[in-house]
Amino acid sequence: MFSLATVATISACVFLFGLFYSVVLNFSNIVRQAQSGVAVTVFFDEGISDEEIQRIGEEIGKRAEVSKLVFVSAEEAWESFKRENLGDYVDSFGDDNPLAEDSNYEIYMNDISMQENLVEYLESLEGVRQVHKSAMVATMLTSVNMLIGYVSMGIILILLAVSIFLISNTVAIGITVRREEIGIMKLIGATDFVVRAPFVFEGIILGLIGASLPLIAIYFIYLRVIEYLSERFAILNSLLQFLSIQEIFSTLVPVALILGVGIGFLGSFTTARKHLRV
Amino acid sequence: MIILEDVKKTYSTGAPALNNISLHIEKGEFVFIVGDSGSGKSTLIKLLLRELTPTSGRIIVNHTDVVKLRHRKIPRYRRGLGVVFQDFRLLKDRNVYENVAFAQRVIAVPPRLIRKNVPSVLSLVGLAEKYKSKPRELSGGEQQRVALARAIINDPPILLADEPTGNLDPKNSWEIMKLLDQINHGGTTVLVVTHNREIVNAMRKRVITMKKGVIVSDQKKGGYIDED
Ligand SMILES: Nc1ncnc2c1ncn2[C@@H]1O[C@H](COP(=O)(O)OP(=O)(O)OP(=O)(O)O)[C@@H](O)[C@H]1O
Ligand SMILES: [Mg+2]
Repeated sequence: MFSLATVATISACVFLFGLFYSVVLNFSNIVRQAQSGVAVTVFFDEGISDEEIQRIGEEIGKRAEVSKLVFVSAEEAWESFKRENLGDYVDSFGDDNPLAEDSNYEIYMNDISMQENLVEYLESLEGVRQVHKSAMVATMLTSVNMLIGYVSMGIILILLAVSIFLISNTVAIGITVRREEIGIMKLIGATDFVVRAPFVFEGIILGLIGASLPLIAIYFIYLRVIEYLSERFAILNSLLQFLSIQEIFSTLVPVALILGVGIGFLGSFTTARKHLRV
Repeated sequence: MIILEDVKKTYSTGAPALNNISLHIEKGEFVFIVGDSGSGKSTLIKLLLRELTPTSGRIIVNHTDVVKLRHRKIPRYRRGLGVVFQDFRLLKDRNVYENVAFAQRVIAVPPRLIRKNVPSVLSLVGLAEKYKSKPRELSGGEQQRVALARAIINDPPILLADEPTGNLDPKNSWEIMKLLDQINHGGTTVLVVTHNREIVNAMRKRVITMKKGVIVSDQKKGGYIDED
């Protein structure tokens, strides 16, 4: 009866752990993809000289959070705009460059959460006309991801405590039921280790079962959810690359099993130790 | 072999169960301990088994200072003592063979030897055929013989028995006592707590009589001393 409650709690613990782990891992993956894109674009005041652009570039390059800086000349900006947006209508513009004043720096960042800071700094620079934040989603995702991380940590810690408490109760009841047998064994000269071993073994088995069940559940749920999301939001497929179940499980399985065995061992060992003195 | 010096045991409640007892038992002796209910006989056995520690005094068993014994040394110490109780204390969910074999497993006897030793000791106590039975399928006398087999299979130098015939009829009581005597002839020191007047009087062994926590008489080849 108690074993059932114990397995259920450990399962819940590992299940939530697996769930949050999958979500967090996918989130950070998406964030990383977003991060690898252009974070900030800097446009210059009209009629700025090449030397000044050069100087601004050197200033920006000194910032720690900047991983890469690319200068895009007005001609290049126009070319890429034409390529991406105009297609066959290109010719109607002739040789005019409507983006004559739109030469810019594309800035790549190694830590997207520093974006706000960087933008503030860039706007304060002499000769900068406009700063364009291109990847707001990424910063938002990062904070959401961190929130999920903290909340899940909290819940998991509580469940962890409950699991250990329940294991410890299960073992304590087992010991009470078999108190007489234990007494007999001890009178014959059985060591604490021999008497304790079955209880610790029971705890570890409960922990293992408790960890395995949710892993199986997560395996199927994850596949279904990924399939559903990919179908439902097919447009976003290029943007949202989900991690494969293998990528998730390569870390999750060992961690979850160690967690289960750890809970089982800790709960049962400490209890057996406490209740089996003499 | 067994030495008690000024041993006192006071439980948290009431008067001392043992009051400054001194006692020497030599190797190879057979000793009866008799006395009224509550005179402290079981307390004495528990002290020897290190189930309890004395309030004061010294206990030396087999050259071991039992009082100073460290917790993790207790199992090894107990392996030198065979024990038998009134209520048999067999492992209920294991059969006769397993109960006896357990004592050998505790001292890590190789399985090959266990398979040889258990049947031989079971036939010594006359239970060779019942090795597969569970304790509840056995009579009291049979259960006590299983307990005895378990107590002697490791050849302990000392055998302690607390009212081993307390739950048995006269015929079974005699059989157990004869087995104890036989074991004693093999060189084991045997200490038997009993209320069985007839057997004590017939066997002419050393008899220690206790009353209210003290030894009131200690006779060689003695008899059961009447209360009134
Ligand atoms: N665990 C205990 N806590 C408190 N008092 C106890 C405890 N065990 C025994 N006593 C008391 O110690 C005294 C001696 O008890 P003990 O069991 O040694 O007697 P005994 O000689 O074995 O009696 P019996 O012949 O009935 O078995 C008794 O007065 C008993 O009430
Ligand atoms: Mg008694």
